[in-house]
Amino acid sequence: MEWRWSWVWELLPQFIDATGKTLLAAGGGYLIAVVLGLVLTLAQRTPWRPVTVVVRELVEFIRSTPLLLQVFFVFYVGPQFGINLSPWTSGLIAIGVHYAAYLSEVYRGGIENVPKGQWEAATAINMSTVQTYRRLIIPQALPPAIAGMGNYLVGIFKDTPMLSVIGVAELMHTANSVGALSYRYLEPYTMVGVLFLAISLPTAFFIARFEKWVRRKMGM
Amino acid sequence: MTTEDMSQYPLRLEGDNIPMVRFANVRKSYGALTVLDHLNLDIDMGEMVTIIGPSGSGKTTVLRMLMTLETINGGVIYVDGEPLTHMEKNGVLVPANPAHIRRIRSKIGMCFQHFNLFPHMTALQNCMEGPVQVLGMSKKEAEERSLELLDMVGMADKANQYPSRLSGGQQQRVAIARALAMRPKVMLFDEVTSALDPEVIGEVTNVIRKLVDAHSLTMLMVTHQMGFARDISDRVCFFHSGVIAEQGSPAELFGNPQNERTKQFLNAVLESN
Repeated sequence: MEWRWSWVWELLPQFIDATGKTLLAAGGGYLIAVVLGLVLTLAQRTPWRPVTVVVRELVEFIRSTPLLLQVFFVFYVGPQFGINLSPWTSGLIAIGVHYAAYLSEVYRGGIENVPKGQWEAATAINMSTVQTYRRLIIPQALPPAIAGMGNYLVGIFKDTPMLSVIGVAELMHTANSVGALSYRYLEPYTMVGVLFLAISLPTAFFIARFEKWVRRKMGM
Repeated sequence: MTTEDMSQYPLRLEGDNIPMVRFANVRKSYGALTVLDHLNLDIDMGEMVTIIGPSGSGKTTVLRMLMTLETINGGVIYVDGEPLTHMEKNGVLVPANPAHIRRIRSKIGMCFQHFNLFPHMTALQNCMEGPVQVLGMSKKEAEERSLELLDMVGMADKANQYPSRLSGGQQQRVAIARALAMRPKVMLFDEVTSALDPEVIGEVTNVIRKLVDAHSLTMLMVTHQMGFARDISDRVCFFHSGVIAEQGSPAELFGNPQNERTKQFLNAVLESN
């Protein structure tokens, strides 16, 4: 079986369009994960024990079950409880919540790394807990967390093909449909791999640069 | 907190000569270990009191309780006539809520052994943070005031440097300016020279001398610098095993100690120097 360049060029516009959708799914999911992850972290640090226990168990539960199952759950089980979501919305929620659990662990590590003396200095200038988090703890927890956050950005991007199973027309879904119509899988799947690589590698590179820049900017 | 008859403590201190700080029967323990046993100590307005003693004698705990970094297990701490650790409810003192603690705590500032500057902020931003965020001061006003204070501690030319670029002595001077920017009535110095190289200790002690001369601040200091304590203090308290074993003027305590423990401690310190 020989490689057909002409077909590759023919498919390219369609695949680039699908890449845009993949990026949208990864970006949207990541946005949910970044914000929700922080909420999960802070909720585990409240003085109310029932809240911390429930959130802690929730995070463990999400991290211990497959993403694919969570995607199916939101999309197929949701409607039985009257929650009807489009494939896109279901996909974004599932992938966002899944990665929020992972990111919350990254944040937790970052926050626990901030020396106790910083909390004491905040008390000594009479800051409230909210002010202390917002002005001192989170800004200091962030730079060491960037590497971990970046890993999960690449991770969420590579996991978007999971959304193809519920019909989100991202890259993998497009390659599957093209393959199913033509009975040729070599070019479409290779293109998916190359496109993923073309985005993952530079992203990892820029995250490393970004981390250095943030540290310098913050005088660390 | 153990059950204690709170009616023995006044709701607030009244009269002409109320102390700026009063520890009334204050107790602190970690599990079975008693760190402070029925501490009674008054510090007058404008007074400079130094606490000395062997490590583990509870001296740092005194400052940390006053800064509310440690809770107490009994007794009451008053600041400027009002209870800090407690608040009035139906005519008796009950443990204070966070809002009450914050209100009274605003009168207290503290400098730490390891400076604890905010590493992601410049010297100037460190000083402005409290006034802007906590006191609600305008940025312009906070900046002017912070620059004045940095000038006072001799750090005006380093205002835009991050802490990582400053020496220990310089960081500690910025930390003093940061604490003063909150306009405290009481300043606490917790072994502020202990983490410094010997050659820069002077730059920090000089700043504290300046404060003693120029301000009406009430100060409470824990230090191992006996010479400095002798020069600068109005009163020196020697702590041993969680109690004040002896206290008096520097001349009395260093010149003619009465307590056997004090004598032993001072001898040991003098020998090591």
